[in-house]
Amino acid sequence: MLRKIRIITASVIMVLITALLLDFTGILHHWLGWLAKVQFLPALLACNVVIVGALLLLTLIMGRIYCSVICPLGIMQDVISWFAGKRRKNRFTYSGEKRVLRLVMLGVMVVALISGAHVIVALLAPYSSYGRIVNSLLQPLYLWGNNLLASIAAHYESYAFYGTDVWMKSVTVTAVAAITLVVLGILAWRNGRTYCNTICPVGTVLGYVAKFSLLKVRFDADKCKSCSLCSRNCKASCIDYKSHTVDYSRCVTCGDCLEKCNFGALHYGPARKISGKKKDATKAEATHDEVRRAVLMGGAIVAAGAVTAQVNKKVDGGLAAIADKKEPKRSTPLTPPGSHGARNMAAHCTACQLCVAQCPNGVLRPSKGLKTLMQPTMNYDRGFCRPECTRCSEVCPTGAIRKIAPSEKSSLQIGHAVWVKENCLPAWNGTSCGNCARHCPSGAIMMVPLDENDENSPMVPVVNVERCTGCGSCEYVCPSRPFSAIYVEGHEQHRTI
Amino acid sequence: MEQDKKNITTGKALSRRDFLKAMGLGAATLTIPTVVGCSDNTEITEQEPPKGKMTYRTNPKTGEKVSLLGYGMMRLPTIESNASAREDGDAEIDQEMVNRQVDYAIEHGVNYFDTSPAYCKGRSEHCTGIALSRHKREEFFIATKLSNFSPDTWSLEAGVEMFQNSLKELQVDYVDYLLLHGIGMGEDGMETYRGRYEDNGLLEYLLEQREKGVIRNLGFSYHGDIAVFDYLLSQHDRYHWDFVQIELNYLDWKHAKEINERNTNADYLYGELLKRNIPAVIMEPLLGGRLSKLPDPLVKRLKTRDKEHSVASWAFRYAGTYPNVLTVLSGMTFMEHLKDNLRTYSPLVPLTDEEMKFLEQIATDMVSYNTIPCNDCKYCMPCPYGIDIPAIFVHYNKCLSEGNVPHDSESAEYAKQRRAFLVGYDRSVPKLRQADHCIGCGHCVPHCPQRIQIPRELHRISEYVEELKRAKQGL
Repeated sequence: MLRKIRIITASVIMVLITALLLDFTGILHHWLGWLAKVQFLPALLACNVVIVGALLLLTLIMGRIYCSVICPLGIMQDVISWFAGKRRKNRFTYSGEKRVLRLVMLGVMVVALISGAHVIVALLAPYSSYGRIVNSLLQPLYLWGNNLLASIAAHYESYAFYGTDVWMKSVTVTAVAAITLVVLGILAWRNGRTYCNTICPVGTVLGYVAKFSLLKVRFDADKCKSCSLCSRNCKASCIDYKSHTVDYSRCVTCGDCLEKCNFGALHYGPARKISGKKKDATKAEATHDEVRRAVLMGGAIVAAGAVTAQVNKKVDGGLAAIADKKEPKRSTPLTPPGSHGARNMAAHCTACQLCVAQCPNGVLRPSKGLKTLMQPTMNYDRGFCRPECTRCSEVCPTGAIRKIAPSEKSSLQIGHAVWVKENCLPAWNGTSCGNCARHCPSGAIMMVPLDENDENSPMVPVVNVERCTGCGSCEYVCPSRPFSAIYVEGHEQHRTI
Repeated sequence: MEQDKKNITTGKALSRRDFLKAMGLGAATLTIPTVVGCSDNTEITEQEPPKGKMTYRTNPKTGEKVSLLGYGMMRLPTIESNASAREDGDAEIDQEMVNRQVDYAIEHGVNYFDTSPAYCKGRSEHCTGIALSRHKREEFFIATKLSNFSPDTWSLEAGVEMFQNSLKELQVDYVDYLLLHGIGMGEDGMETYRGRYEDNGLLEYLLEQREKGVIRNLGFSYHGDIAVFDYLLSQHDRYHWDFVQIELNYLDWKHAKEINERNTNADYLYGELLKRNIPAVIMEPLLGGRLSKLPDPLVKRLKTRDKEHSVASWAFRYAGTYPNVLTVLSGMTFMEHLKDNLRTYSPLVPLTDEEMKFLEQIATDMVSYNTIPCNDCKYCMPCPYGIDIPAIFVHYNKCLSEGNVPHDSESAEYAKQRRAFLVGYDRSVPKLRQADHCIGCGHCVPHCPQRIQIPRELHRISEYVEELKRAKQGL
């Protein structure tokens, strides 16, 4: 029963959270946004006392059920493990807890969180790992599928689907996601929940809380025939049938053992009078596990040197080729409105890519900077940060981008526009332009004569920094390529103007 | 009776009237019930255009009979493309299809073929030459132009070379109708005209060629600045224009100026030609297809009056009704266009005064749709900044005529119309080629035969798109 409920709940959550991470239309997050927000680490970073409290309470009552039904990375491993189990039955064995490793990893996480080693936080955060896998490996397929439907719809003059750009947002993130998927896939295929019980800091924290949970999987030693079926079907390798003990710090309350036991020797419930002897198995052998862990960590750090395939624009006779824009070297990178600035972003973001997946304007993308690796940053080559849009602030589960209203956004300054005379068309060949001024949503750009003494000299833009919000509309529509003649320099701390 | 029945089932496309005739039955006998059951259910299909019924007009100078339908060779069919060579400039022209359609046209009485060295990226004359060389020279009249638009072809030598090349490409030793191409175009219409034809002595050369009979009729096609049109007509005594090509259709007759004050109404142009007894060759009878792709409510009204003929047939009948019209040009890419037009003109049924008034009403209503008068001719392209100007205008006009340009965000239909406009916009025009990237440099303006203030319109559309996008989040 427990197992069935667990499987149904986990499947539903998995499908919904994947849908949330795939969706680009901005519809689903109104209904499913909470799924990201109930994840443990994001809630902790967002200082969401209610959710963290609720999750701890849930664990205190039911054990680590969080890892089985809420954490998408855990569910994903279960799915992989389930497929492996189809091929080889009863394949697990009991192994001792790698307590030292777990505590070291937890320590690393805590130190990383406090010291601001955000890359490590991002790599270790389980929900974010899943977010990256879906965003960089699955979403492109989803978008291509959507675009196929859109072209069919276009054929029938229907507006039910609309096409969207599919582009490589970050080689690093894609590589990290691919490595994560491969390593986790191998671990889950062979040994089930190895990652969750050795590396995952959330698993460790909840595991030690779960030791004190009210409901547990318990042995009825009298009924046990020591057939070992429970141990051989425990993907967490935490049941020692010989000693009739379960390591509750690793048990994810999946219920597989309950159904496997032919003698009713295992049940899930509160403690009974006759309690089994408590014995902690602390033997640590299994050297090959350590090898795997090394592989995992090594894999996470090595970034594959893939090169972005530049897609050449198809040029037909009547259309001038448009050169791709290059990102200007901003001395302060841009962070999205609602993030309050670089510090808040760096401290809270776990690089789950949900905002990147959702951004309808092609502005957000993972950062390449080492200190902010994979966290979102902005560039205006495909669009600008539209004034009516606050979607990233609505979806962010960690408080890295706090919720703002469009009215707040219109007076929020995330950067300011800088004019580059050398690239400005009117300044170097006298063409009349003014496209930046025409499109500035806050009226911060004015056109003035290049030569103050000559009213008829070419009109060039000047920026009233006090009114500029840094939305990038000017940078986006500037005809100068590959470098725009007006670009936005980020502000470390956002402010209201 | 049996035999008659067989006649029907063997599928000869008989009209119902023919069918009755074949049965030799009068209307009275129909009331007698018969085994065949002379019900209304007979096989009737769209009729093939009849042969030998074409309406002809007489050229007053030569006395030759010119078919009212003229074949425009500007939008030739292409291989493996569902657009014409005009829309898809890189596609290979389907010569086999061109031959077939030219043959079919000649079979059905068309004898006027209009091309230019500029059409289809310069391939039109060649293809026309191939198709026509398979017919006797006296079976057709050929019209081509001196399309020396680019200033580096403004010298006499370049002009003569262009004309000689036309003869070569068309495989003929004389041209029936030669036009100075696009008079009135250019930033300064008068100056451009002088540069192209007068100052270099090219016009004198053409007049000589007319003397020699290499050019049988000399005329000009007019777009744009009315001063040049008036000037050339004022010189009629000197040049003796044999014909003039003008834009005429039921929208331009009275509303050209309304749509763009720099344009001239067709009633003036036609009137000036009539005064001097110069025959008019009509271009843009359909306004680049806009008069066949009318807004839905207008289509409904035209179809209610005439359920069995195409929307386009109204425009062709309109142009053909004016008696001083020599021929009406149509760029017929597809066989279906050709057949439809042949049906309209074999023979022409002139519009009644009442029908003229009806079309005038349609035109007035059309103006109220505020469409941009772009015919998708692509003369403005390429835009140096990569904007796809005609695609933007076509999308905007399409939305206007389908009622998808909402302004009232309170209305119940707003969200649906907004989505149609924005989704359709991204489908029709890639993001970087949309109106917001127009910097207003004005390169395109002098090239537009409709004299649309392109940058102004693009900026207006860009502002409108911005307004739509800001109305709410997402699509």
